[in-house]
Amino acid sequence: MAGLKYLLFLGCVIPYRIASYETSSRKVLKKLGVKLVEMPEFNCCGLPIDGVNHDAMLMLAARNLCLAEQQKLNILTLCPGCAGTLRKVNRSLQEDKKLKERVNGYLKEIDMEFKGGKIAVRHLIQALVEDVGLEKIKDAVVKPLTGLKVAEHNGCHVLRPAKYIGFDNPENPVLLKRLIEATGAECLDYMYETDCCGAPIIGVNDKIPLYLAGDKLRNIKAVNAQALITACPLCHMMFDINQPRIERLLSERFGIPVLHYPQLLGLAMGFTPKEMELEELRVDATKLLNAT
Amino acid sequence: MSEKKLATETKLTREIKMRDFDPKFKSEISKVPGIENIKLCFQCGTCTADCPIARFSDIYSPRKIMRMTQLGMKDRLLSSESLWLCAACFTCVDHCPQGVDIAGVVRALRNMAVKEGVIPDVFRELTNNILKTGYAYRIPELRLKKRVEKGLPPLPEANLEDVSKLFDVIGVSKASKMEKK
Repeated sequence: MAGLKYLLFLGCVIPYRIASYETSSRKVLKKLGVKLVEMPEFNCCGLPIDGVNHDAMLMLAARNLCLAEQQKLNILTLCPGCAGTLRKVNRSLQEDKKLKERVNGYLKEIDMEFKGGKIAVRHLIQALVEDVGLEKIKDAVVKPLTGLKVAEHNGCHVLRPAKYIGFDNPENPVLLKRLIEATGAECLDYMYETDCCGAPIIGVNDKIPLYLAGDKLRNIKAVNAQALITACPLCHMMFDINQPRIERLLSERFGIPVLHYPQLLGLAMGFTPKEMELEELRVDATKLLNAT
Repeated sequence: MSEKKLATETKLTREIKMRDFDPKFKSEISKVPGIENIKLCFQCGTCTADCPIARFSDIYSPRKIMRMTQLGMKDRLLSSESLWLCAACFTCVDHCPQGVDIAGVVRALRNMAVKEGVIPDVFRELTNNILKTGYAYRIPELRLKKRVEKGLPPLPEANLEDVSKLFDVIGVSKASKMEKK
């Protein structure tokens, strides 16, 4: 699998608040032999303002896709929101000639043109499964996390809408589970596993997402999972940074550490907890490490 | 620019009068690419049954939004807070037996609401942030410094000229300028 190389699309949420996801991803990918090229002059993927103006979302996404076409490199994103949006727009523009014409009409203003069919967009989980491969990941594990029991939360846009994403089975996703099992840890099922965390509507209504994420944490605790594994900066924010707030609102104690998948994989690959920036997590994960 | 306030949800459930219906609305919205088949919704309720937000909300129901759209209850829809409660998880899109892009309908309704001057503060802020920085969030200086200290590559500067040109040609700049009254 030599020679894997991507253009890294960082998005907004990760540099804003979730640096540990970026650091752990970069270190793990480097050790797996994946090369990341920094994406110059990129902008927001567009998703956050799709509700304000759909065309604005299309243009922001299309501009990013044009940048990747210029570099002739496939895009890798750590954020499912960015991945889903860029993937969907990339595909729509390739399939819908009228749309492509309209978008290119706008892009002329900034001397850009979407050509199409040149590049692909990958989310980290998809790249690990489909490009790097489970076998290679298993081979890279030197310190299996045997005995550790965790639960997973994919992040909706890794899987949905199925028509545009075409990765894993959104009704019963298993590929993040396989990635977790590759580290030696056990991945448990729980109720309402595929439900959204609610984070996107924070700011419009905070209570619904807090109750929703709280319900998920309760179901995760009910199966005695020692940690929750995510692959989305927004979901991570919801379950980790907001966990104390959820606990106060529901008068319940969860104390479930929330790790980014690359942090878990990194530990199994022999990185230290400090290298994986576990101390940056809001919910203490040190007890978890003593357990392995 | 005057801004209409988001209606409280009592308005959604108050008595329905004939004047609440705009018979042309259904055709108007089915011109939006991707949601042409909105008339196919037969109110089975799968969307609401499977909606994670609806599980925790008394007011959010995609099924109700679909029916109100078909009936042409434009004013009530566009001023309703519930329009902004969809988290865009796309579960309803995957589950709709009629293949209606329900999240796409909600998005189209939001776009219409913004044109009428209704935009929640958080969305105005996101739009403004993108226009001013290229990113949806204002990334604090301290974070940028910390990146470099940690050995991460510096965050690339967005091309604000490009972003602003695109916003101008689409006409979105207006939405970001709407001031809260």
